[in-house]
Amino acid sequence: MQSAYRGMITGPGATLWVARALPRRGLSRPNLRDMSGTSDAWAALRDRPWRFLATSWPWRSLAYLVTTVLVGLPTLVVLFCTLFIGGLTVVVVVGVVVLSSVPVLTGLIGVLERRRLGLVQHRTAPGLTLRERLRAGRRLPVSWPEIGYALLLGGALWFIDLAVLLFALSVPLVLLLAPWLSTFEQMQVFGWVVDPGREAWLASAIGLLALVAAAYLVTVTAVAQAALARLLLDPREAQLAATVADLRRSRVDLVDAFETERRRIERDLHDGVQQRLVALTMTLGRAELDVAEGPGLKAVQDAHRQAEEALEDLRSTIRGIHPRVLVDHGLTAAVHELADRADVPVAVDIHLDERLPPAVEQAAYFVVSEALTNVARHSGARRAGVHAWARDDTFVLTVEDDGIGGAAVSERGSGLAGLGVRLEALGGELRVTSPPGGPTEVRMECPCAA
Amino acid sequence: MRRLRIVVAEDAALLREGLIGILEGAGHDVVAAVEDAEALLAFTRRLLPDLVVTDIRMPPTHTDEGLRAAAHIRAEHPGIAIMVLSAYVAEAYVSELLDAASGGGIGYLLKDRVGHVRDFLAKLDRVADGETVVDPEVVRQLLGRRRDDGPLASLTDRERAVLALMAEGKTNGSIAAELVVSEAAVRKHVGNIFAKLHLDPTSDRRVSAVLTYLRG
Repeated sequence: MQSAYRGMITGPGATLWVARALPRRGLSRPNLRDMSGTSDAWAALRDRPWRFLATSWPWRSLAYLVTTVLVGLPTLVVLFCTLFIGGLTVVVVVGVVVLSSVPVLTGLIGVLERRRLGLVQHRTAPGLTLRERLRAGRRLPVSWPEIGYALLLGGALWFIDLAVLLFALSVPLVLLLAPWLSTFEQMQVFGWVVDPGREAWLASAIGLLALVAAAYLVTVTAVAQAALARLLLDPREAQLAATVADLRRSRVDLVDAFETERRRIERDLHDGVQQRLVALTMTLGRAELDVAEGPGLKAVQDAHRQAEEALEDLRSTIRGIHPRVLVDHGLTAAVHELADRADVPVAVDIHLDERLPPAVEQAAYFVVSEALTNVARHSGARRAGVHAWARDDTFVLTVEDDGIGGAAVSERGSGLAGLGVRLEALGGELRVTSPPGGPTEVRMECPCAA
Repeated sequence: MRRLRIVVAEDAALLREGLIGILEGAGHDVVAAVEDAEALLAFTRRLLPDLVVTDIRMPPTHTDEGLRAAAHIRAEHPGIAIMVLSAYVAEAYVSELLDAASGGGIGYLLKDRVGHVRDFLAKLDRVADGETVVDPEVVRQLLGRRRDDGPLASLTDRERAVLALMAEGKTNGSIAAELVVSEAAVRKHVGNIFAKLHLDPTSDRRVSAVLTYLRG
């Protein structure tokens, strides 16, 4: 019975382990755009230069450059007009308004550009969505890197890309078509006068090589530009913040998943095994009435007793997983039950006007349960007290004892440490103060706004 | 043993059949066996049994339907005795039950007590006679809660044992039998307990008095 109870209490230790294992997996991001076994255009080019040609990356790079031109030219026009009109009218105040819309415009361009990064990199850059930006309007802080990038895009990038495209596409194309083109008029490429016939076919072969070279040129240009764009549009802190947000969310998800699982297990045990055991005790009870005095009756009585012990074990197991009293009657009633079961007298003083959110209630229950287990096991305390209250949307719970002290979260078994992790996921914290000689206080704080 | 007309409410078929078997085996008349609180109320109103045996947790919400049905029945038909069965002990249930259904025969037992058939049937009879029966596990929890207090701490071990059995709803006679002492000795202990706890010794509902005291 004791071991089953203990097993459940150390259950949160498993949460600890998984939560620690998670960041490593979270940081090696999934290959969202993986179409060729590598995660972005540069990796594909670097790792397998030949197979790279057969992947979609050259085409995606081409698309990136083409769209750069398509975005860049309007960017130039819009920015130029805005700055021009704004500059002219700035003396009559209107210009200030016009100029102040520049960050909004560059922000919108940033949204598009962040998405476009996904063409050649393994993921788009995170950022506010278009809708969020439009709603926020001018209230967003001015992002100088965004403005710089927009100026760069409108002023230079699209132009460079256009040149690269023209060069990378026209040269191979002309060479490839040499056998056909040279029949119309005299053909000259970089000073080489191509005669129709054998020389034209040689030119065509060179054109094929040039096409391959063009694929590399286009890709390298796109990769370099995308790297520049990410540098300006996706700063390191933003990346870290996004990663942290991801991790926090996944940790909360994990805690939720554990809770759901606990509830399911509890229900299964309660509705399944427990009922069968109760039915078994009834059957054995009836059999006792029918069996004549003797060894047979003794065996039935033994079986009955064992079934009851199994039921008692099962109840204590269920209590450790997902206590019914907590679900049905809330924290105060559940802590009273824990106190009643404790080995030392426990004074319970809980002031709560309403039920706490289920996750907080659960965490609080298991903190009390684990703390009281430790009181009985390590502290040598003669009495303990549980106090809890909620103020300003913060729930505070303390468990103190008059024992010998000298305890730490880690020493006190993985139970409390695991609960600390669970509380962190809820935005709360768990502190143990236990000077040598005592007293020991376990204090839990957690936001409890519904 | 007299023949009682009983309505049984229990949502698990296995347990319902087990209960019916035990009750009918003892010569009682199970006039209806239902699986939720609504049906329990309907059949109880129609059949007016001597006793209702009900589970606490039943469909649809599986929380405390049985308790609420018990409160309804007590309010509408105070003469019908009620035995509430629970898969686990929760002192909170007892408080609710005693508050909601005080006045007539009432019982609260763990489901595994049903397996001790003779004992269970005897307790049913006492509840049908208007007495209060409380599961020993509940009493243990209640006593555990109040062990810190002054008046309780002044009781001797023997007096605590008598108090516990009293809280379960036992008569002086059965307490005497259980502790292997004379009934006169039990009466003396009971007198001491009532004096120490400042309870009214003339109260004819001593179980309620003791439980109320223990619940604080």
